[in-house]
Amino acid sequence: MSALFARIVSSRLFWPLVMLAVLFLINVIAFPGFFSISIRDGNLYGSLIDILRNGAPMMIVAIGMTLVIATRGIDLSVGAVAAIAGSVACSILLGSSDPSNPGTVAIAILTAVLISLVLGAWNGFLVAVIGIQPIIATLILMTAGRGAAMLITEGQILTVNSAPFKVLGAGFLWGVPVAVYIAAAVFIIAVVFTRRTALGMLIEAVGINPEASRQAGVRARGLLFLVYIFAALCAAAGGLILTANTMAADANNVALFIELDAILAVVIGGTSLAGGRYSLVGTVVGALVIQTLVTTVYTVGIPPIITMVFKAVVVTLVCLLQSPTTNEALSNIRRRLALRAGKEAVSV
Amino acid sequence: MTAVVKEPAPTAAGRILQKSRSIFTSPKYGPVLVTAILFVVVFIAGGIRYQGFFSGQVILNLFVDNAYLIVLAVGMTFVILTGGIDLSVGAVVALSTMMVASLLESGLPAVIVIPLIIVATTVLGLLVGLMVHYFKVQPFIATLAAMFLARGLCYVISQSSISISDPGFIALAVTRIPLGGGLSITWSVVIALVIVAAAVWTLHRTRFGRTVYAIGGGEHSAQLMGLPVARTKVLVYAVSGLCSGLAGILFSFYTLSGYPLTAIGTELDAIAAVVIGGTLLTGGYGFVLGSVLGVLVLGIIQTIITFEGTLSSWWTKIFIGALLLAFIGLQRVLTARKT
Amino acid sequence: MTELSRPPAPAAHPEPIIEVRDVSISFPGIKALDGVSFRMFPGEVHSLMGENGAGKSTLIKALTGVYQIDSGSIVFAGAPVSFRGTAQAQDAGISTVYQEVNLLPNLSVAENIMLGREPRKWGSIDGRAMRAQSRVVLDTLGLDIDPDSMLGTHSLAIQQLISIARAIHINARVLILDEPTSSLDADEVAELFRIIRTLRDDGVAILFVSHFLDQVYEIADRLTVLRNGRLVGEHLTPELLRIELVQKMIGKEIGTLDDLEQRVRESEEGAPAPTPFLRAAGIGRKGSVNAVDIAIGEGEVVGFAGLLGSGRTEVARLLGGIDRSDTGTIEIGGDGVRLRTPRQALSKRIAYSSENRRAEGIVDELSVRDNIVLALQADRGWFRPIPRKRQDELAQSYIDALHIRPANPDAIVRNLSGGNQQKVLLGRWLAVAPRLLILDEPTRGIDIGAKAEIQKLVISLAENGMSVVFISAELEEVLRLSHRIVVMRDRSKVADLDNDDLTIDNLLAIIAEGDADEDLGETA
Repeated sequence: MSALFARIVSSRLFWPLVMLAVLFLINVIAFPGFFSISIRDGNLYGSLIDILRNGAPMMIVAIGMTLVIATRGIDLSVGAVAAIAGSVACSILLGSSDPSNPGTVAIAILTAVLISLVLGAWNGFLVAVIGIQPIIATLILMTAGRGAAMLITEGQILTVNSAPFKVLGAGFLWGVPVAVYIAAAVFIIAVVFTRRTALGMLIEAVGINPEASRQAGVRARGLLFLVYIFAALCAAAGGLILTANTMAADANNVALFIELDAILAVVIGGTSLAGGRYSLVGTVVGALVIQTLVTTVYTVGIPPIITMVFKAVVVTLVCLLQSPTTNEALSNIRRRLALRAGKEAVSV
Repeated sequence: MTAVVKEPAPTAAGRILQKSRSIFTSPKYGPVLVTAILFVVVFIAGGIRYQGFFSGQVILNLFVDNAYLIVLAVGMTFVILTGGIDLSVGAVVALSTMMVASLLESGLPAVIVIPLIIVATTVLGLLVGLMVHYFKVQPFIATLAAMFLARGLCYVISQSSISISDPGFIALAVTRIPLGGGLSITWSVVIALVIVAAAVWTLHRTRFGRTVYAIGGGEHSAQLMGLPVARTKVLVYAVSGLCSGLAGILFSFYTLSGYPLTAIGTELDAIAAVVIGGTLLTGGYGFVLGSVLGVLVLGIIQTIITFEGTLSSWWTKIFIGALLLAFIGLQRVLTARKT
Repeated sequence: MTELSRPPAPAAHPEPIIEVRDVSISFPGIKALDGVSFRMFPGEVHSLMGENGAGKSTLIKALTGVYQIDSGSIVFAGAPVSFRGTAQAQDAGISTVYQEVNLLPNLSVAENIMLGREPRKWGSIDGRAMRAQSRVVLDTLGLDIDPDSMLGTHSLAIQQLISIARAIHINARVLILDEPTSSLDADEVAELFRIIRTLRDDGVAILFVSHFLDQVYEIADRLTVLRNGRLVGEHLTPELLRIELVQKMIGKEIGTLDDLEQRVRESEEGAPAPTPFLRAAGIGRKGSVNAVDIAIGEGEVVGFAGLLGSGRTEVARLLGGIDRSDTGTIEIGGDGVRLRTPRQALSKRIAYSSENRRAEGIVDELSVRDNIVLALQADRGWFRPIPRKRQDELAQSYIDALHIRPANPDAIVRNLSGGNQQKVLLGRWLAVAPRLLILDEPTRGIDIGAKAEIQKLVISLAENGMSVVFISAELEEVLRLSHRIVVMRDRSKVADLDNDDLTIDNLLAIIAEGDADEDLGETA
């Protein structure tokens, strides 16, 4: 029994789940109806549903970010790519004769996705072929991308009226918000793509020890392209959902700071920024933690703006806990305790 | 006479050619020279194209409008020289403006408020530095956390803008110092230039400054040579904090208010200015004056776009992105040749 | 405790400047230094000799304060010392110049010489004084270098000399040179030696650590040999023959596996010459190994022998596609091939097991199973994962065959002992069923029992048709397993021995002297 307990505690998911549980607890205390789910017009409503739906775009971006971080990289451009995707879709819809035509909507979405694919490949090219540090490489797109998005919207906030498009952000399917389905689909695709193929292990190998992977014949270049493209596609999905929800493309403000939330979600979920082993489930939990944090702050009555301070505290705590200095200090304490308990000394 | 030291080409012309070649391809001077040339080219192009471009006030306005960015870029230069990065500068600028506005509103005199804020932001930078060096947290994440914290604190102070009405402060902010011939600058420019001078002196004439370069050149080697690496690494983030606080004050001279949503993305402008100014992101090479030049280049691009009128100002971001790419590519080529 | 006799002190300086008395240093599981006594005299060049794991670098780190000693004492200039960190050692007068120079390429020569002790005037650094003082130091060494030039613009050889200049400026009384000549050409070495002699004549005690025997014999006045953490002896250079030196460095291992050698010799007798699998002509790489010709037959075990740094690993890396050769051609089965990347080599069924298993071999946070199937999986591509059942079978079979402990395929490799990590690595390469398996130091850090298993494995692989290149610092091991031995020395191939020429004495002689007798076999 204690062995099972030890395994649970040492699992990487333990602390994120604890954080989530604590947040749920706080919410339930402040708002007893927190866990209640009601059905209205055949659709599910409730705080939990809100958390899932509002957090879906960020969760999707975080899933893409997880794989990039696993290769020891980072993608700062996801916010800009999300903005571009939303802007492209809206302009196409606005420029068409009938924005409510499902066919037009499909074309708009498809174009946005294709452009994001190219942008992801661009990041991959800079990192894998030119060899620029990922922070810097994606910084370029982050800087130029918002400008490009503004160009596409010509500096305006484009508003569009298209019922089929709105479904992405605000629609329901069999009672569950469409956005949640999309997030689930992205998660499943990511899991299947990496754990059912060799990709997951190879990505981790490249992140943990690039030279050993090279000597084992792993094709790192292609992997890097793949993860940056996937991250861009996730960013597009997130951007489209956000845009569809508001029915407006605000290139300046949409998905603002989403890259930071995404990185935070990945880090909370247990994937190390130094690359290597990653956990998609962890990222999902991390995203839920962040979204619940936002909700908690609102429910408890603290001005929502304060979330940033909380996020800062959480990031700092997580980093300090993950830090090698802390680990060293902890293992020293453990060793000293073991010595005192009369166990064998380590060195002979 | 050592046989292993090779002699340069004998002819004078050959020597000049070889010297200039070596300067242009050196990672230390190459990028800065390219920036300088770029600035001159853009300036001349602007002057040819637009009426009234070739006026002295246009150049002085570059300084007036961008004084805060110059100070910011100076602080960023210190951090990047050690191979780090500081993403919190924009948020700290905003926090600084909020603190200025709210403290002045509550009646404290400017003489007390301004130094107080600078001390506060310096302490914040110090804490970040401690996190980076002693807890070995990557600078990216540590300054990201600081950015969240600063931005959040902005909102704690107030969710909407606070205007500044303290007469002493306003006087300092809007006074123009005549330079003769109809030209004038503001006090913010003077402050910015003083900071630049102080930074240049520190980096080139103090042990602290040389250690900053040393860390960028090779932290391990610097440690083996007995340099105070830990102290210096922590201090550069404190310097950046100081500059961010001061930049915020200069910014509030400009806007005469504090606004929590201000300076979003400014850290990217600062980083871009530093990179375009010739400082290598990997550290060790770069000049404060180069970063100033980088700010001027960004400023002049903005000016041209304003003059152009028809181009939407969002082209600025795209241009900056493209410039950034070009300079990073250049840096990559130059450093690849060295290894 | 050593009762070894020691040669007398030099007449000019009878007292040693630094003396290490009966010092021991242990790390978890290993005794790096065991009761070592060592001394250096002013005005002498002293060479520290020993192979991998002999304790040289541990001793140097003890001298410079990087490691604390567990027992014994260090006496410097007559007083016992205990340095805590290189800065203290440096201030006391012990300076080290490392192979990788460890200066700052982005600062000027003058700054590098004086960093940390720059002359000040009114609180700021006095550039003029700095330039003048560094010029003085450079002149002392007879170097004509512009103090304002950026260090990075100078060759590695010059940077090293500037490193020495810095040490002199800090008033070093003991100067430790750690493999200073590895990247220098003949002229640069001559220049370095001139400076070493100048310093020696000035009374500096110099510790010259190098594996180039010729250079050691040229410059060193005194030699100390370490092996397996123990002192083997201290000698005056003229009194020790090269072959004796090599014998002391390499020593003799207890041969518990003579029956293996028997098996190898018997298989050779009367067997036809093996069909060539791979033929390399003139492959080499600038700065790492000179052009060599290597031929490897099917089912042949070819040993690469030579001292550390002789080029054995470098040649092997060229054959394995880990590094790219600048010159020469490689043929497999008569067809020219390109082995410029590990992928290309693996596609030709050539596997290379790195000697540096931590940095280049194991992926430490993955499991034993993942590590074993890594190369196999990389070859199959992204979308053809090896079925989990097959992965388990593979992992289990190698865990059993190689006796990997713990016998758990899910164990994280980082937690395994060095020896078991090596076995996991071996399993990875065996899993791709190579035609040529290059093993670089596969038995380093492994206990005797496991060593025997691996050696038996190598022989049976060869009997089944696999070609093997076997590299080891232990000559006995190489002799035991090899059908042929290629001898490397100072980055060139100096001999290719087989049959009756495969004796320990021949090997030692060739490694020590370098010029082979006519009847000792072919030279490069």
